[in-house]
Amino acid sequence: MVTTVTSFGRSGLSNWIVQRVSAFVMTAYLIFIVGYFVLNTDLSYQQWAGLHSGLPMRIFSLLTILSVAAHAWIGMWCVLTDYITVRTIGPKATAIRIFFQLGMIAMILLYLMWAIDILWGI
Amino acid sequence: MLNVSIYRYNPEVDDEPYMQDFQFDTEGKDIMVLDVLEKLKIKDPTLVFRRSCREGVCGSDGVNISGKNGLACITPLSEAVKGNKLVIRPLPGLPVIRDLVIDMSQFYAQYEKIQPYMINNSPAPAIERLQSPEERAKLDGLYECILCACCSTACPSFWWNPDKFIGPAGLLQAYRFLADSRDTATKERLANLDDPFSVFRCHGIMNCVQVCPKGLNPTKAIGHIRNMLIRSAT
Repeated sequence: MVTTVTSFGRSGLSNWIVQRVSAFVMTAYLIFIVGYFVLNTDLSYQQWAGLHSGLPMRIFSLLTILSVAAHAWIGMWCVLTDYITVRTIGPKATAIRIFFQLGMIAMILLYLMWAIDILWGI
Repeated sequence: MLNVSIYRYNPEVDDEPYMQDFQFDTEGKDIMVLDVLEKLKIKDPTLVFRRSCREGVCGSDGVNISGKNGLACITPLSEAVKGNKLVIRPLPGLPVIRDLVIDMSQFYAQYEKIQPYMINNSPAPAIERLQSPEERAKLDGLYECILCACCSTACPSFWWNPDKFIGPAGLLQAYRFLADSRDTATKERLANLDDPFSVFRCHGIMNCVQVCPKGLNPTKAIGHIRNMLIRSAT
């Protein structure tokens, strides 16, 4: 058992499930949005704003944004713990890795709150 | 004449590793890579490599042959030579002790972590713990591993985190004991594997399956472990 504290979930299994479920949600959203553009080639601002002002669409968008946040957290954490390690770049790696991990988490939370603000501001 | 290029490094003499070229006469025969190494060692006794059984059972002579990990003793030149050139390097990702000999401590440390022995604290029966043929069949494709390290040293996840990721060889053995009907420590074994590194650093690229000289499938075993974790934790 390896202890990790900056990972999204503490268990490898929960990360794994979140990664798959979030991928599914993002794919569904992508298909919906692309489909919407294809079916509405002469899209007006009113129509676009109308789509996003309904509660079901807001929930769908919010779910997707939460999925992007969790997916990015898990994925970036994997990349950082693969490449920025004492083994690969030396003893300074731990401080550099923690800096990038906390920066990454802060950015994800910032984008998340910003996105919620935009969604409920429509 | 076959061009043979071999990784050489003697830390007592060399500042850094280098590739040494040899000319080798195969006499038109499709011999094994180990035979080439043995004959070159007669020419140059300073060449160092591990070998023992010379028939793919002991797992000592795992090396990187023309870019692919494998056992020198059961890899014929017809499979290994590309453009009349044979390149032999040590298995990648672990420290080199000398020439083709690597320090496998990290590999064995991961193997030790998965408790590679039967755990069953119930009183032993008079003769033996019995298994049905079906229960025994579940161990096929798992017990045959010879711990040559070809798979783990072909795995990028193991290269980056050899101290945290168990690696394909260790995980194949972890499943060998998880799948054994006589073992009673399934819950504890699974609990020890459920962190973001031990099992889940496997991203399923299947280099392990591609190189295993025994034709085993560690990725499949890792999938079984993951399914067992899902069953027990949801």
